[in-house]
Amino acid sequence: MINRYPLWKNLLIVAIIALGLVYALPNIFGADPAVQISAERGNKVDAALRDRVVQTLDAAHFAYKAYSLADDKLQVRFSDTDTQLKAFEAIREQLGDGFVVAQNLAPATPSWLSQLNAKPMYLGLDLRGGVHLLLEVDMSAVEKQAAERYEGDLRSHLQQEKVRYSSISAKESLVEMKFRDVAERDKAQEVIHSYNRSLVLTPTDSADGFMLTAAPGEQEMRDLRSFAVKQNITTLRNRVNASGVAEPVIQQQGDNRIVVQLPGVQDAADVQRLLGATATLEYHMVDEAHSVEDALAGRVPPMSRIYYQRDGRPVLLQKQIIVKGDQIIDAASGMDQQSGGPMVSVTLDNEGAMRMLDNTKKNVHKLMAVVYIENRPETHVVDGKTEHVTRRVEEVISVAKIQGVFGKNFQTTGLDSPQEARTLALLLRAGALAAPMEIVEVRTVGPSLGKENIAKGFHSNIYGFVAIAIFMMIYYRVFGIFSVLSLAVNAILMVAVLSLMQATLTLPGMAGIALTIGMAIDANVLINERIREELRVGNTPHAAIHAGYERAFGTIMDSNVTTLIAGFALFWLGSGPVRGFAVVLCIGILTSMFSAVVVSRGIVNLVYGRKARIARLSI
Amino acid sequence: MEFFHVKKDIPFMSYGKLTTTISLVTFIIAVAALALRGLNLGVDFTGGTVMEVNYAQTADLGTIRNVLAGEGMNDASVQNFGTSRDVLIRLPLRQGVSSAQLSEKVMELLKSKDSSATQRRVEFVGPQVGEELYENGGLALIVVGLGIMAYLALRFEWRFAVAAIIANMHDVVIILGMFALFQWEFSLTVLAGVLAVLGYSVNESVVVFDRVRENFRKMRKASVAEVIDNAITRTMSRTVITHFCTQLAVLAMFFFGGEPLHYFAVALTIGILFGIYSSVLVASPIAMWLGISHENLAPVEKEGAELEDQMR
Repeated sequence: MINRYPLWKNLLIVAIIALGLVYALPNIFGADPAVQISAERGNKVDAALRDRVVQTLDAAHFAYKAYSLADDKLQVRFSDTDTQLKAFEAIREQLGDGFVVAQNLAPATPSWLSQLNAKPMYLGLDLRGGVHLLLEVDMSAVEKQAAERYEGDLRSHLQQEKVRYSSISAKESLVEMKFRDVAERDKAQEVIHSYNRSLVLTPTDSADGFMLTAAPGEQEMRDLRSFAVKQNITTLRNRVNASGVAEPVIQQQGDNRIVVQLPGVQDAADVQRLLGATATLEYHMVDEAHSVEDALAGRVPPMSRIYYQRDGRPVLLQKQIIVKGDQIIDAASGMDQQSGGPMVSVTLDNEGAMRMLDNTKKNVHKLMAVVYIENRPETHVVDGKTEHVTRRVEEVISVAKIQGVFGKNFQTTGLDSPQEARTLALLLRAGALAAPMEIVEVRTVGPSLGKENIAKGFHSNIYGFVAIAIFMMIYYRVFGIFSVLSLAVNAILMVAVLSLMQATLTLPGMAGIALTIGMAIDANVLINERIREELRVGNTPHAAIHAGYERAFGTIMDSNVTTLIAGFALFWLGSGPVRGFAVVLCIGILTSMFSAVVVSRGIVNLVYGRKARIARLSI
Repeated sequence: MEFFHVKKDIPFMSYGKLTTTISLVTFIIAVAALALRGLNLGVDFTGGTVMEVNYAQTADLGTIRNVLAGEGMNDASVQNFGTSRDVLIRLPLRQGVSSAQLSEKVMELLKSKDSSATQRRVEFVGPQVGEELYENGGLALIVVGLGIMAYLALRFEWRFAVAAIIANMHDVVIILGMFALFQWEFSLTVLAGVLAVLGYSVNESVVVFDRVRENFRKMRKASVAEVIDNAITRTMSRTVITHFCTQLAVLAMFFFGGEPLHYFAVALTIGILFGIYSSVLVASPIAMWLGISHENLAPVEKEGAELEDQMR
C-alpha cells in the first residue's frame, strides 16, 4: 500500500492554501488613521474640494500619507492619530457647514489585494474603541400615543354623528367612553365601526354608566410598534450621519431594541445627548408676493423668513405655521393613481385637518412648504471649557403646489423618485412621532484600551501557537512538524474565512482563535497516536499511515460535531462579543477538520508517498 | 518521545468506588458553594455601571472611595484592576439617573482630586438586559446539553449519551462551584468559556466511547470492564497530549490575555482538568452501570464491519 494523492487533489490543496493566504493577508497591514469627507446639502466632493483640503493640510504642515477620492468621498490618511485629530479639526473649520468630516480607520490594504476583494476582518468596538449603545423603544408610550390620537378622532366622529356621550378619555392603550343609555352606546358602536373596522370595541356595564372601550386591533398594534422602531432608526441614522461618525452600525435587535455602534467615539454622554435630540415638522405657506433675491439682499418682509432647501436653494416662507409635526398621524409613500408618479399621502389629526382645510380654501394653486426642524445638541470647547448647546437646524424638505381644497388626508406629488417619496414619508413620520427611547446598555472602550486588547489577543495567539508547535515537534518529531504545518494552515484558513465573511473580530473572538488552535491539535494528536499504535501492532509504515488516518477520521468527526453544537447554541443565544466568539469557534472547527485530515495527509503523502517501502517513521 | 508506553491495561473500572467518592465530594462542595455563596455575577448579568479609570501614579483607593461616598455613592465598589494604576469602579443600578450622567459625574469627581484620571471603559447594563442575558445563558446551557445528548444518542447509544452528559454537567457544576467558592467574577465571557468547555470536554468521552465500541467488536470474549479499561488505556496518551496542548493555548491567554481574558482562561483550565478526569472516570463507570454491552453496541447484524475487523 502506498500513500499517494492524485495530482488534482494536491493541486486543490495548494489552491485552497493559496486562496487562504491571499484573503488572510490584508489583516497584517492594519489600518491608517484617516479623515473622511462627504458632502451634504447639494455640495460636491470633487477635485476642487480635494485641492482645497490638500492646501489646508499643506499650509498647516500636517503630514499625510495619501488621499483618495471615490464614491463622492474624500479620504486622507495619516501616520498617527495625533496628526489625524489636528487635521480633522483644521479641515472641519476650513470646510464649515455643508460637508460631513469624520475620523475613521482606513484599512491599509495594498490595492492589488483590495482589487481581489480581500479585506481585513472588521474590528469590534472592544478592539478599536468606541461606544456601543442598546436603546429600547418605549412601546407603552407608542400605544398611549395611538390611543390619544384615536380619542380625538372618536370624539369628533361621535359629535358629527350626534351621538351623545357623557365622557371620553384615553386610558393607556385604549379609549374609554361612557354613555347614559344602551341605545346611545349601540349607536356609537355603529358609528365607530363604520369609521374604522379594525378598532376592537368592548362594551361593559358598570354602576356609574354604560362603558365602551376602543382599542387598536392586534395587527394595527404590531404595525404601530414596528413603525415606531423603524422611525426611530431613521431618525438616529440621520443624526449619526450628520454628526460625522464614520462606519456607524444602527440596527434593530429583537422587537423593540436598537443597537447603535459608533467606532472611534469617546464621549458616551455626548452621544446620548445627540440621540436624545428632538425633531419636528412645520407646514408654512411660501411667500410668493416677495422675491427671494430681495430678501437675500437684506429686505426680508416682516411676516416672512428665509429658509433653505436640502440642496441649498433659498426659499422665502411666511412665518405663520399652518400645521405642526405632532398633528401628523401618518405618512406613507406610494404611487399616484392619476399621474403614475411617486407620492406621499399624509393623514392629519382633527385639529390639524381643520387648520389645513381653512388654509387650502384660501390658497388653492399657491405653494406650500414642509420644514424639518431638529434640535441638535452640540459640544463646543470655549476657553478650555466644554459647553453644551442646542443648535436648531431647519431645512425645507418639500415645496409643492396646493391643487385643491383638502383637510385630513392629502397627497404630496411631484417628487422626483420613489426613493425621495420614501425619504419624505419617513421624515414626516419621524417628525410626527418619535417614540421615546431608553438606554438599556452602554459600553464605551477607549482607543488605548482597544489597542492593548489587540496586543493581548495577538500575544495569546502567538505564544500559544509557539508553545504547542515546540511541544508537538519534540513529542512527534517529523510527524509533529506535519501537525504544526497543518495547524498553521488552519490558522490561515480561519483568518481568511473570517475576513471573507467580514466577521466582526472581538477580544473574545481572538481568544476563540487561540482556543480553537489549541483544540484543533486534537485531530492531529488522534491521528499521530493511531499511527503509533498501528506501528506497535506490527504494521508496515505505509499501512500504519493509512489506517491511522482512516480510523481517526470517525472520532475526529464525532468530537468536532459536539463542539459545533455548543458553537451554534452560543451564536443563537449569545450577544455581542460572545457571538464573535461563537463564529470563530464554528469556523475554526470546520477549517481544522480540513487542515488536519486533508492537508496534513497531503503533506505526509508528499513526503512518504514517493517511496514504495519506508524503513521507519519518525513519530 | 513517548510518555505513555503502557504494556498492560490499567484497571480503571475497579477504581469505581474511589472515583465516585471523589466526584461526589467535589460535586457536593461545588453545589454547596453555589447554594451558600452564590455566583459573583458581573455587571453583564446584574445590571449596573462599571468604569475603568487609569491614573498616572498608583491610585489611592481610599481617597476614591471617600470622594464617591461624599456624593452619596456609598454603595460603589472600588478596586484595582490589573495594575495598581488601574481602578475598577462598580456602581449598582440607580433609579432616575442615566448611566451617562452617572459616569460623567464620577469622572468629574475623580478628576477634581487627580487630574491624571482618564476613563478607559464604561459599561452600563440595564436591569432587563442583565436578566435576559442571564436567562439566555441558562437556556444556552440546556440547549447545548440536549443537542450533544441527541447527537451522541444518534451516533452511539442512549446510555453513552446519558453518561457523557452527566460527566459534563459534573464539569460545569464544578467550574461554577469554583467561581462561587472563590467569588471570582462571572461574566458573559466566562459563560462563553463554560459553554465551550461543555462542547470540548464531550470530545473526551466521544474518543473513549469510540474506542469502547471498536473494542466490543474486536474483543468478543472480554468483559465490559476489560473492554472499557483497554479503551481508556489506549486513548490515555492522546487524552493527556491533547489536553496539554489546549492547556498551553489557554495558559498563553492566562498570561498574555490580561484582565479581560483572565477568568475566561481560569474557567477553561478548570474545565480542561476536570474534563480529563470526568470523561475517563465518571462517564465510563456510568456507562457501565447503565448496562452497555456487546449487544447494544456491536450488534451482530453489522456483517460488513465484522468482516473488515476479522480481515485485519
